[in-house]
Amino acid sequence: MNSQPSVVRPDPGRTEARPPVLRVAALVKAFGSARAVDRIDLDVQAGEFLTIVGPSGCGKTTLLRMLAGLEVPSSGDILLNGARINDLPPNKRPTCMVFQSLALFPHRSVGENIAFPLKVRSVKPAIRTARALDLMKLMRLPADYFSRNVMKCSGGERQRVALARAFAYDPEILFFDEPLSALDYKLKKSLEKELKDIHKETGKTFVYITHSLEEAMVMSDRIAVMNEGRIVQIGTPADIYTRPVNRFVAEFMGEVNIFPVRRRAGVVYDGTDFPGQFKVSAAASAEGYVIVRPEFMRILSRRDEAENVIEASLYNSYSLGSRTQYRLTAGDKALIVEQSRAADLSSAGDARVLVGWNAADALFVGD
Amino acid sequence: MRTLSVGARCSLPVYALLVLGFIAPLLTVVAYSFATPRSFDAFRSFTFDNYRVIFDPANTVWMSFAWSLALAALVVAILTIVAYPIAYGLARTFGRWSSLISLFFVFPLFVSENIRLYGWVLFFIKGGVLDGSLKSLGLGGGPDVLFTFGATLFGMVYVYLPFMLFPITLGLSTVPRDLVEAGRDMGASRFQIWREIELPLAMPGILIGMLLTFVLAVGAVAEAKVLGGQSIIVITHDIEIAFTYAQNWPLGSALSVLLMIIVGALSMLGIGRLDLDRILGRR
Repeated sequence: MNSQPSVVRPDPGRTEARPPVLRVAALVKAFGSARAVDRIDLDVQAGEFLTIVGPSGCGKTTLLRMLAGLEVPSSGDILLNGARINDLPPNKRPTCMVFQSLALFPHRSVGENIAFPLKVRSVKPAIRTARALDLMKLMRLPADYFSRNVMKCSGGERQRVALARAFAYDPEILFFDEPLSALDYKLKKSLEKELKDIHKETGKTFVYITHSLEEAMVMSDRIAVMNEGRIVQIGTPADIYTRPVNRFVAEFMGEVNIFPVRRRAGVVYDGTDFPGQFKVSAAASAEGYVIVRPEFMRILSRRDEAENVIEASLYNSYSLGSRTQYRLTAGDKALIVEQSRAADLSSAGDARVLVGWNAADALFVGD
Repeated sequence: MRTLSVGARCSLPVYALLVLGFIAPLLTVVAYSFATPRSFDAFRSFTFDNYRVIFDPANTVWMSFAWSLALAALVVAILTIVAYPIAYGLARTFGRWSSLISLFFVFPLFVSENIRLYGWVLFFIKGGVLDGSLKSLGLGGGPDVLFTFGATLFGMVYVYLPFMLFPITLGLSTVPRDLVEAGRDMGASRFQIWREIELPLAMPGILIGMLLTFVLAVGAVAEAKVLGGQSIIVITHDIEIAFTYAQNWPLGSALSVLLMIIVGALSMLGIGRLDLDRILGRR
């Protein structure tokens, strides 16, 4: 089903060497005076799984719809294999989108849905059926689902039908508009991995949008974080996780401890809303934020166990299965600590506990 | 004795109304159709004479049936073709103007049908609005269209347009935009999208419009009389004559019963095709 015989995987070290399959240059989409997409530059490498992640209203859906041809850009260029495709209608583009609603045809069976892209291309019925059955096998759908009403399928099965239908179109690039957002947590988790496996097996280029960075982390080769119509940061999941460029990206990652700080001298900073001193691994700009992830914070038994230490009182604890999360307060500040081992707090009671982390585990971001 | 549920008790007035206003008159009509011809002996006499008269090969009343059904079928066909593009506009492209444009189609319904038809007579008649205007512009007279089959057809299409337009509009607006976009995205042309997605999904609305206008058109009497000038005789006209001038209620009732059976059977065929559950994927 795939024209490329071998699986093409992006090489994070040499991505710049190959020309991108899709290039977006200074792309703008304005609705009245508001810019939903505000001068975005983005290269998509052949065979990669790129996820565009951002809060709702950040412009990610508009960006994807422009790439699919469902929305006309206000200015800028979209280049597919070097050719400008701005004005190419969606039915002439070798790309296919899996919609948030999945957009399955309710009046057609599973097989007819999957064979739809072939039918409009006037492929012979026998070949259409064979191809649809092949794709159902790839998507782990039982063959007897072929003539089943698509609306009778479960949520997970519908996902697979939508995906199979997109593959039937045999696109160069597949776009995904949050197709998993309506599913329950457990199914979502298993389909995320399944989607990554299908990406690996087929070697197609996937561009996926979601508002969940957690989802993006599981699946993506690269993640682009969007906010207010712009791409704030783009990189591997590890890059985004360990080196967020600003406070927005750091906060978007989930629960983190954020301390606004001002430089005192060298690597030592003063908290501006919190009376404390912070050591960071390397001096940066005069003002900014120290960000410490909950898993890098520990409840200490002695003050000299960590480079940065805060006195706090325990508010509550939550078991997360393999880990335990502690919520503590220090003055007006709430702190979150996560440990794999439950801390021995039997003696602590209402008393103060010491919370600490090492300078190397803290991040410093400018804004 | 078992007491009725709250729901059954609340619906009693509706049942009473249905029995008194719908079932009783219907049974009376059926009883009359078996009464002695030219009498008022409903429920007291029983004879097939009225039906025998209708099915007598010498009787040409079947032509009225044929005219009525053919005219209704033609009206439905023309209305479907005329209303679909307007409905598409109302559902998809007119945007915020939709409600205003819908109002223009609803507005004539506030005026009695007969008055509107006489309005058209004044428009088409010799020396009327069309004829006079064309003459004063030095373009000769208007065409002589009044009191023809064409005028009857025009009148019916005009009167029943809203009854076709709004069900189709509703049907088209239930087609999710996503499906159309997905179809486009997967390479379908505009025609293929119409054929494969829009038309089948809008079909419930289209069928309801067709059914509604067909039943109304078969029962129409004023258009053929006022605009058609009796150039064709429709079955409703024959029924009216039987009940009024001829004072032959049993014959009129027999004709009515036959018409109800024919229209009922055709409508059932239409409703049978209208499988909402399958279309909406609930089965």
